[in-house]
Amino acid sequence: MRQELNLSGGTAVLTRANPLSKFAAVFLVTLVLALSIDWVSASVALACELLLFPLAGLTLTLLWQRGWPLILAAAVGGWSTSILAADSGRTLIDVGIWTMSEGSLETGAGFLLRGLAIALPAVLLMSCTDPTDLADALAQKARLPHRFVLGTLAAMRLVGLMAEEWQTIGMARRARGVGSRGSVGQRIKATLGQSFGLLVQAIRRASRLAVTMEARGFGGGERTWARESTFSALDVWVVAGGALISGLAVTAAVSAGTWNMVWLGQ
Amino acid sequence: MSTAAIKKTTSRSWRVVDIVVAALIAIAGGIIFWAWSQGAAAVSAPMNAVYPPLTGLLAGGWMIPAVLGMLIIRKPGAALFCETIAATGELFMGSQYGASVLFSGFVQGLGAEIIFAIFVYRKFNLPVSLLAGAGAGLFCGLNDSFAPWGWNIAYSGGDKLAYIVFTAISGAVIAGALSWIATRGLARTGVLASFASRKAASEPAFS
Amino acid sequence: MPAPSQHGSPAVRPAAVSAHGWGWRHAGRTRPAVHALDLDIRPGERVLLLGPSGAGKSTLLHALAGVLGDADDDGEAAESDESGSLLVDGAPPRSRRGRAGLMQQDPETQVVLSRVGDDVAFGAENLAVPRDDIWTRVHEALADVGLSHLSLDHPTSALSGGQKQRLALAGILAMRPGLILLDEPTANLDPAGVLEVRDAVARCLDKTGATLVVVEHRVGVWKDLVDRIVVLQPGSASDPAVLLDGPPDTVLEGAREMLKTAGVWVPGYVPATRHRTAASPADGDLLLAADNLAVSRERPRRSRFRKIPPVPVQEGIAAQVISGQALAITGPNGAGKSTFALTLGGLLAPVAGTVGAEPRLGQGAGPDPYRWKAEQLIERIGTVFQEPEHQFVTGRVLDELQFGPRHLGHGAERVDELLERLRLTGLVGANPYTLSGGEKRRLSVATVLAASPRVLILDEPTFGQDANTWAELASFLTELLDTGTAVVSVTHDAEFTAALGGAELRLSAPERVAP
Repeated sequence: MRQELNLSGGTAVLTRANPLSKFAAVFLVTLVLALSIDWVSASVALACELLLFPLAGLTLTLLWQRGWPLILAAAVGGWSTSILAADSGRTLIDVGIWTMSEGSLETGAGFLLRGLAIALPAVLLMSCTDPTDLADALAQKARLPHRFVLGTLAAMRLVGLMAEEWQTIGMARRARGVGSRGSVGQRIKATLGQSFGLLVQAIRRASRLAVTMEARGFGGGERTWARESTFSALDVWVVAGGALISGLAVTAAVSAGTWNMVWLGQ
Repeated sequence: MSTAAIKKTTSRSWRVVDIVVAALIAIAGGIIFWAWSQGAAAVSAPMNAVYPPLTGLLAGGWMIPAVLGMLIIRKPGAALFCETIAATGELFMGSQYGASVLFSGFVQGLGAEIIFAIFVYRKFNLPVSLLAGAGAGLFCGLNDSFAPWGWNIAYSGGDKLAYIVFTAISGAVIAGALSWIATRGLARTGVLASFASRKAASEPAFS
Repeated sequence: MPAPSQHGSPAVRPAAVSAHGWGWRHAGRTRPAVHALDLDIRPGERVLLLGPSGAGKSTLLHALAGVLGDADDDGEAAESDESGSLLVDGAPPRSRRGRAGLMQQDPETQVVLSRVGDDVAFGAENLAVPRDDIWTRVHEALADVGLSHLSLDHPTSALSGGQKQRLALAGILAMRPGLILLDEPTANLDPAGVLEVRDAVARCLDKTGATLVVVEHRVGVWKDLVDRIVVLQPGSASDPAVLLDGPPDTVLEGAREMLKTAGVWVPGYVPATRHRTAASPADGDLLLAADNLAVSRERPRRSRFRKIPPVPVQEGIAAQVISGQALAITGPNGAGKSTFALTLGGLLAPVAGTVGAEPRLGQGAGPDPYRWKAEQLIERIGTVFQEPEHQFVTGRVLDELQFGPRHLGHGAERVDELLERLRLTGLVGANPYTLSGGEKRRLSVATVLAASPRVLILDEPTFGQDANTWAELASFLTELLDTGTAVVSVTHDAEFTAALGGAELRLSAPERVAP
């Protein structure tokens, strides 16, 4: 279960960039793509992102294995958009509340591609960003309060453990006669009980972890950092890369005439 | 023998244990919902096929950390902090919403936080929990419908309204009521001994 | 006196502890955890703290570490209360950040960060040690605890329990504390891990000369390392908090009986347990068998159109579970003992091979326990998990016991008997989570037995238990065996295995070496 949650890219180039610059680049791309629902800007960005995957140590096989829920979600988003978006052009389907027209289908397809083009850079970002490095950057460079940043980082380390504990509690409850198989109602009830069990363990563990941290002098004002968070020339390239992808996507869409600001109506 | 009550830290400031417990609640909430959503496809798929805004009724699950975190920690900022951390956790696990999930988390947390702030962080009973859940749900619905990265941005007006009503209801019931019940249960187990919420189980539901 | 430092590192100045009439009541409690404690510990002394649960040993260690108090309050009577004085080097512990280092029981929460080097550096960073000095200290501390073979970015999640505790010790050493506080540091470890940690502590103390205060039920582990034993008792107005105080041999001689009564594992003491009476193991009936079984906690991965089975932690297991007979599953950590037990108990699907229930056990539910419904499972095979809290499903001890029988539509005829037999009668109204460790263990066994399974599987039932609970449990299980129940236990505890008798299945360590 731990591995499923871990998308580590190992020693790829992008792992060496500062997490803040990677975040900046991803935010830029996300914002620009969010501004328009059109298949051109989304496709251009998507193509660029796929080209970047090797730099983050990801392969297409790996992406397919881990990323299919994202693709499914994007497809569902595309579907709901195409039946609910304002209709224009020839009507393709009209069954009661469902209507799908050429216009809404195009919006839906653009939406699907846009969803993927927004989701992928985040996958890319997280696969080449170590949580510890991110915390160091947030506390040292972004100057967020270190108690909150490091407290959260320490808690995040327990995520794999919690995931394993979730599975264990499920089995332990089956051994008490609580079935997790059955009707939807039974399963919801079983999940709620299991969640409560996990919460108790989470709070117990977190309380003990807090004692451990305080006993190591954590929580005071001054502290030094064993690992220095730094910016390098690579970070300039990362931000420039984000700007380039955004710029290409907008230019392509505007020149193809598909650029379509979300607030200006379809 | 000299007896001195231990000087209490100003009850509004965050201790280390508050931070770590809040963060882990948020993360555990993420795991629960992740596990839940694997099984919930059976419910959400037909909803999506019939009338997509209905999926707003499931949205409350995402907002549990905001309300639950505040009900346990009882410090200003807890709802905002927990929901943002939960969103960060989701981002690490691979989110279909990409980096925009961070903003969604922040906005949902804000919706709950505002309600608790209106009651000056003194009331943590059932009505306030329901309101906070509804507040988070409302903000979630607004974000999804009107922010450019929102998944329902292309819906037409009536569908957006329906979705927002559904998320607010879902927030109140799933995030509000369930968190309130869970906090009382947790207080009975003794794990909240170091928090002001340790007495949650004996507090009246409505005053 | 301990030897001064080697390696040319500056020796730390050992800390002195003095408590005068010190007492502490936790927020929300009516009784104090510690009452009127008088205790002086000289610099460099090594003290073992003993006493029954409820004597306030952990509270004292937390106070010395400066992490006690600070409960959140709303101004009502629930606030925590301190009385008297407790000083480290003449000052309140809270003001002496970094003078004391504390290690607790649960290895998972003794690690703070996810890379070995960062974790050791954490304490030194908090004390604002300059960066270059931190890494010098990290290397030195890792060498001192015997972990210098690990790279600094080795993931802490890949360490064993014993390694995690040694890592925690390294993190403490990197702060250069004058006082080392260990709160049951080896209670969650297997025998090899216990020795690993004990020896690392011994080496570090010899090197630094720091003062040591350790709390531990298993006296034998620490006896030769300490030069003083202090026995605490639950404080009250009439009794002093310190019951006995002196050199190890003197205290253990003088108070042996008293300590045994309190459930302390004094050296050379194996509590008496009931012997089996119906000792004719040959005529039991086969109930459950594992054949060429491969096990894993991972589920099969679904990749496109086929299922990829997980890599098993153990394969080719053959075992027979026979009524009225005990089976002990032993072997080193990582050999898949618990995973095997879970598979045998119908909680995990086999990766390969079979777990087959005989018709006399299956009774119409079929031969595969994993396919049984939960209600069918619990009246056939009961599994007691290592952590009792994982199995609590209600908010009251009585409901907890009646849960199984009610689900099965039985009367709760066994419940009263179990309450009585496992000394839970006085606790029926309590919330299960609020019980003590021993009570939780007894409750978890009782709840599983309330469904009257013919096979009982226990995962490390004696871990962290005091001698009294241990003896009770072992005796109770021999009775159960005599009535024809099959008892399977996963255990590192050779004495427990001996007390139950029966067969042993030893699983060997996996061939793959962890990276």
